[in-house]
Parts: sequence; structure tokens; C-alpha cells
Amino acid sequence: MSFLDSLISGISLGSVYAIIALGYTMVYGIAKMLNFAHGDVIMVGAYICFFAATRFNLPPLVGILVAVLLCTVLGITIEKLAYAPLRSAPSLAVLITAIGVSYFLQNAALLLWSPNPKVFPNFFLTHAADGTEQTGLELGSLRVSYVTLVTIVVCVVIMAVLTFFINNGKLGKAMRAVSEDKDAARLMGINVNTTISVTFAIGSGLAAIAGVLYMSAYPTLVPTTGSMPGIKAFTAAVFGGIGSIPGAFLGGLLLGVIEIFAKAYISTQLSDAVVFAVLIIVLLVKPTGLLGKQIREKV
Amino acid sequence: MSEQKKQRPVTRMVPVQSKAIVPERDADKSPILECHHLGIDFGGLTAVNDFNLMVGRTEIAGLIGPNGAGKTTIFNLLTKVYQPTRGSILLDGADTSKMTTEQVNRAGIARTFQNIRLFNNLSVEDNVKLGLHNHIGYGMWGGVFRLPKYWKEEAHAHDSAMELLKIFDMEHLANAQAGSLPYGAQRRLEIVRALATNPSLLLLDEPAAGMNPSETAELMDNIVRIRDLFQIAVMLIEHDMNLVMGICEGICVLNFGQVIAKGSPDEIKSNPVVIEAYLGKKDKKKKKKEANDG
Repeated sequence: MSFLDSLISGISLGSVYAIIALGYTMVYGIAKMLNFAHGDVIMVGAYICFFAATRFNLPPLVGILVAVLLCTVLGITIEKLAYAPLRSAPSLAVLITAIGVSYFLQNAALLLWSPNPKVFPNFFLTHAADGTEQTGLELGSLRVSYVTLVTIVVCVVIMAVLTFFINNGKLGKAMRAVSEDKDAARLMGINVNTTISVTFAIGSGLAAIAGVLYMSAYPTLVPTTGSMPGIKAFTAAVFGGIGSIPGAFLGGLLLGVIEIFAKAYISTQLSDAVVFAVLIIVLLVKPTGLLGKQIREKV
Repeated sequence: MSEQKKQRPVTRMVPVQSKAIVPERDADKSPILECHHLGIDFGGLTAVNDFNLMVGRTEIAGLIGPNGAGKTTIFNLLTKVYQPTRGSILLDGADTSKMTTEQVNRAGIARTFQNIRLFNNLSVEDNVKLGLHNHIGYGMWGGVFRLPKYWKEEAHAHDSAMELLKIFDMEHLANAQAGSLPYGAQRRLEIVRALATNPSLLLLDEPAAGMNPSETAELMDNIVRIRDLFQIAVMLIEHDMNLVMGICEGICVLNFGQVIAKGSPDEIKSNPVVIEAYLGKKDKKKKKKEANDG
């Protein structure tokens, strides 16, 4: 693999991490909780898309749309059933509940869809004139798969739309207000519960998209598929500064690139160790993450 | 040192003259706020007990009392941050017992906080727009797809926000970050933000805290001006007696969660129970000595 090859696949993997990290970071920013079930929503999204494509023979785009819709509903349901009753509970209780939800989703998937690995179909194909399937572009010696291209483009589009949405319009502003001070937001007449639900809905919808993109690059689908990218994306969110949307983007990309470079130049087995070592160093130097804001407590 | 003292502006003791019609003391006719036997317990501790109050539609009412008397607790009860253990609160005749904080806000109660709680990372204009949240008339889909209504309503919200900021001559600060404003401006912005929610009752929790005498005097003018301009009721908690006695038309004194006195500033000033609550009881021995000396 050449340097450029590694860079491109690193950016692509990083884009997936970034999309997942957005879900972590938005939920953390607004509900001040770590939603460890987020990774498993990715898995559910991937399964839904898989069945939509293989069993119901829906076109890929419709399949993705169905996955996004159902994951949005799933996200809101999880929030309403598991997290909303704990709104004023200590954060440790919410954290443990989130881990519980994560195991619940994994085991429900195990029961519903069996532990047998499923091979995720590749949606991103073109057919050449002679009927052979093409999975990517050849640019001289460089080969870029469509999945890689689509992933990067989708990530950039999502980032741009989300940043615009958060900074403009009343719902985006309400979200920022709730993330800063829930009580003050309530006294502005803002419905805090709805705002939190919307955040979960957006995060879970993005998780479904991330699930499909991740599965298209690494097509082995099992009920525990979501946990590893989930943890990596959480790391990316912390890396970039949890609560910050540009931070999630930057953290995700850097994490992906570092991981692929470590695989290419150091050791495949050690790549994860390298990734987390870099995280530790960054946090030692800058405890709030790359773009995290220092919270100054007034004394 | 002595020179500096001389230069210090003198705090006003005379009541600020209201330019509008002197608000009729309509508390008996149709008060905007009625509290009946309001009370709350925290565990075994009774923080507020048997609190009865009526506030007129355009009255400036003061809530005073020593530290820990339960003043902010009453504000928290009125805004439903706490649910009362006993009693009822009627806002414009409507019972608020089943309402949440945001519903009470929509029904017409807005407040500021003792320790300023602005959205510090947002701009001044956005803070005011958050106050306008429920008066911006487009829904989620209008916002997501940027329908024409979105642009119209956003432009309208911008105009309203600017108009409100103009009350305090703050329109040039519209794009500044709220957290970066000087202290006095932050306090003013909090009032503007509360006004943006279109209240019929504005609760101010220690609005003059940390202000110097000239800022306090300006604040007094502003509170009266807001009342006249918006024709709303204002209820304030304040330790600065010049402010309370200067602009409040009705005063309620709390001590240990109980109302110990109610009345006009003059009545309160000369009320022995109030003086006792603030300064403590006269020493018995001293009294005897005084009697003997006399």
C-alpha cells in the first residue's frame, strides 16, 4: 500500500468514526451523558439495511432510508424508556443504564438474527460496458473504491449541514441553550425533553448511516459489530474534545488516519494500541481534547 | 481616600416617579398572581409555610427578608422549578399546579437569576432570540427545509430582538458573546431575555446584586420604565433597601419561610417585627437599664 492509498483509506475510516462520534458528542453536549448504546444502534441500522436489501429486495437507497428512520425511532425509544426517567439521577446510574441498553441490544440481535455472520452486500457498484461490476475508480496506480469516496463525501455533507443547523434556526439554538443550562432553557419556555429527544433522533439517524458505510467497507455483520467502531468513535469524540462538533470531525479523521498508518507502517496487531497511546498523550497534554473548551468554574 | 468618597454618587432615597398612570392597587379586583397557603418541605425542613400573596397587574412588588428566609425558594415555586408541597398558585386566575416550568413560562412568568445564568457561548442576539423561542412561528420541518416561513419568521425575530435590546441601549452589542459582556450588561441582558418571553409577571432575583450605587439608581429607573412600557407586574427579591423602598409599591417580608409583614414601603419601614427580624431583638438587660436610666 502506498502512502496515498493509506491516507485515503484512513480518511475514509476516519469519516465513519467522525459520523459516529457526532452522535456521542451531541448527546453528551446536551444530555451530559455517555450513550454507550450508540455503537449498537449502528449494528441495528446495519441489520435493518441488510434485511431490506437481501430479504425485501428494496433498492439500496430505500434500504438506507428505512434504516435511518427505524434507528431514529429506536433512538427516541431508548431515550424515553431508559434515560428520561433518570434525568435527575447521578451520572453513574445513567452510564450503567447505557451499558445495560448496549448489552440488551446486542443480545436482542443475537436472538433475532442469530450469531452467524452475514455478508453485507456492496451497494456502491457500477456496471462496466461488458457487464462486469466495478467497485472503484482507477487513477493511474491509485485505486479508490466508491465506498471510500461516498463515505468521505457523506461525512463532509453531514458535518456541514449539522453545523449550519446547530448555528441557525430556533431548534439549533434551543439545543445549544439546553446544552449550556437546562433550567434557564426551561424558563425560556423551551421544551427540554423534546430537545433531548431530537438530539437522540439525529444521533441515531446518523448512526444508521455510519453503520451502512462501515459495513460496506468491512462487510462482516455480527451482533457485536457495533461495539468496536462505537468505542473507537467514542475515543475520537474525546480526542477532539467531547461536546464539540468540529472536535468530533477532527478527532474521527485523525483517529482513522492514525489507525491505518499504524497498520501500514508499524504493525497490524499493534494498530489499536498505537491509537490509544496517541489518545493518552493528547489527553495528558490537553485534557479537554483537541478542540474542547476549558470549563472555568466560577469560585 | 476622602476625595474618592466625596466623588461617589449619592444613592437616591426618594421614590422614582412613574410616568404612566399610577397603577391602581388592583390586587383585590383581579390580581395577576395569587398564592394561597403555599408551602414546601425539603425532607423534614419546612422552607416555606403558609405563604399568601397577591400581586396586581402592574404592580412592582418586593420580596425581602434575611438570608435563608426562603425568597428564592418562592421564585422557584412560582416557576415550578420546585413543586409545592401545599397550597396553590394562580396566574391570572389559572391554577398552575399541573404545569411544568416551560408551561408556566408560556403562561406568562419570566425570571432572572441571582447568579447570572445567560447562555454564555451564544451571542447577545441569540440569547434574546431564545427568549422569543415560543413566539417564532415555524415548526421543525419549516426549520429543516428552510421554507419561506422560516426566513420571514427569522427576520421578524431579529427585529423583535433588536427592539428589545434597544430598551437598554444594547443593540450595538448584538453580535458580542454573552459571556464576554461586563457584569452590569449581563444583568441587563438577562432582563431583556426574560422580557422576550412576553411575560405578564417578571420575577427579578436580586437584580442589583454587585452593582454600584449609580448602576443601582439606573436599574431602578429601568425597572419602572419596563413596567410602564410593557404594563406588566414585576416582583423582585432585593437586599438593597434603597431600591426596594424606592420603587416597590407593595412589600412582603419573609423570615424563616413565614410572612412576617406585608404592606407599603412606609408601613414596612416602621414595622417593629421587620426591624427585629433584620436587627435582632433588643437586649432585655439593656431595656431594663434604659428604663432605669430614664
